[in-house]
Amino acid sequence: MTSRTAGEPLVRLSGVDKWFGQLHVLQDIDLSIDRGEVVVVIGPSGSGKSTLCRTINRLEPIDSGEITIDGQRLPEEGKELARLRADVGMVFQSFNLFAHKTVLENVTLGPVKVRKLSKGDAERRARELLDRVGVGSQADKYPAQLSGGQQQRVAIARALAMDPKVMLFDEPTSALDPEMINEVLDVMTSLARDGMTMVVVTHEMGFARRAANRVVFMDGGRIVESADPETFFTRPTSDRAKDFLSKILTH
Amino acid sequence: MDAVTDNLALFVEGYLTSLRIILVALVGSLALGLVIAMCRVSPVPPLQKFGTFWVTTFRNTPLSVVLFACAFGLPELGINRTFFFFGVLGLVLYTSAFVCEAIRAGINSVPAGQAEAARSIGLNFTQGLRFVVLPQALRTVVPPLGSVVIAMMKNSAVVGAFGVGGDLWSTGATLTSARGYETLPVFVGVAIGYLCITLPAGALLQVIERRVAIAR
Repeated sequence: MTSRTAGEPLVRLSGVDKWFGQLHVLQDIDLSIDRGEVVVVIGPSGSGKSTLCRTINRLEPIDSGEITIDGQRLPEEGKELARLRADVGMVFQSFNLFAHKTVLENVTLGPVKVRKLSKGDAERRARELLDRVGVGSQADKYPAQLSGGQQQRVAIARALAMDPKVMLFDEPTSALDPEMINEVLDVMTSLARDGMTMVVVTHEMGFARRAANRVVFMDGGRIVESADPETFFTRPTSDRAKDFLSKILTH
Repeated sequence: MDAVTDNLALFVEGYLTSLRIILVALVGSLALGLVIAMCRVSPVPPLQKFGTFWVTTFRNTPLSVVLFACAFGLPELGINRTFFFFGVLGLVLYTSAFVCEAIRAGINSVPAGQAEAARSIGLNFTQGLRFVVLPQALRTVVPPLGSVVIAMMKNSAVVGAFGVGGDLWSTGATLTSARGYETLPVFVGVAIGYLCITLPAGALLQVIERRVAIAR
């Protein structure tokens, strides 16, 4: 596994609360993620794991508590927030590639408009990244012409093009046909090996075992358990986690 | 149809004046409507409120009242311009509310994930709208926006009636009331004049619709 640099955590959530109307979706969340660490968040649906992931780049604002990234508190809105989001890569369940732009344009838009790279430099780097995730030959197609697995790999390349400090994955394989899941997980595993800091919300237990440094188990808006994968999958301490694992690992 | 053929030069002049009102109002109302739409979808509450106030005001006020306020109200406040200016201003203010709502419908038709993806690569609100959301909204916006634009073209007749003068509608009015021509043939001529504006506009809209539909 990757060596972690000492010092303050890269991402820190402390006392985070969030409500959707009457529903208390995040309850007093404390979570620290070190540089180079891969944290996999699992839990039943409705447990708040996606919301947690989305608060880290403030796609979901929080009601109380504090989130810092690289020591900097998440700004409320405006330019500061945009700058911070540029440093936080996000991969969505439904890919969300820009439908009116080619694969190459999807990957170069951020670098050109936000990082102010020249078009040539951005395209060179985009092609490298597309090759790295295995879709280099699709650069001039539109997203709708690609399979789900290919689209999600383009989405990963789009996020990587911003040279993010941390990558957030919000159920990246949940919308994929079974035979396409592995091609996306392989890319994510290689990213993890290269030392990328990652927060991954997923139902893929194999990926959690293989690539995670830590598994965070959520239920009812709380972090119920947090442990290394080996410990979590073989000796879970909470009844809720035992129950959850017995339901998903038996078949 | 002697009434028309005898006064063809007048009709052509009226046609060109109407066209002038329409072109200025088109640019003005599209630009203003876009700005108001951006206010309404912006994350800043005062801007949202301003946009809603604007649309509520101008969508719910009869065009003739807006024109009256511009042409006769603004001079009372010490603003002195030509009738052409006030007339076009009124038409722009009125139409901008409808343009805004057509554009907003288009923006709402773009899946929320597109704007989220734009934000997550660090684009700010305006960049997200400009590079990601609006280009995709354009596809759905063309038909409703086309109806708004064509309605505006016909509403230019009301502007003419408000003292701009010399446009198609006023030409008809002058010929019938001041020069005693029969009403029916004159206004058939006037109607044909408006058709010569709206029909090509409709055809152009279809071409645009086809263009933006392919561009994806």
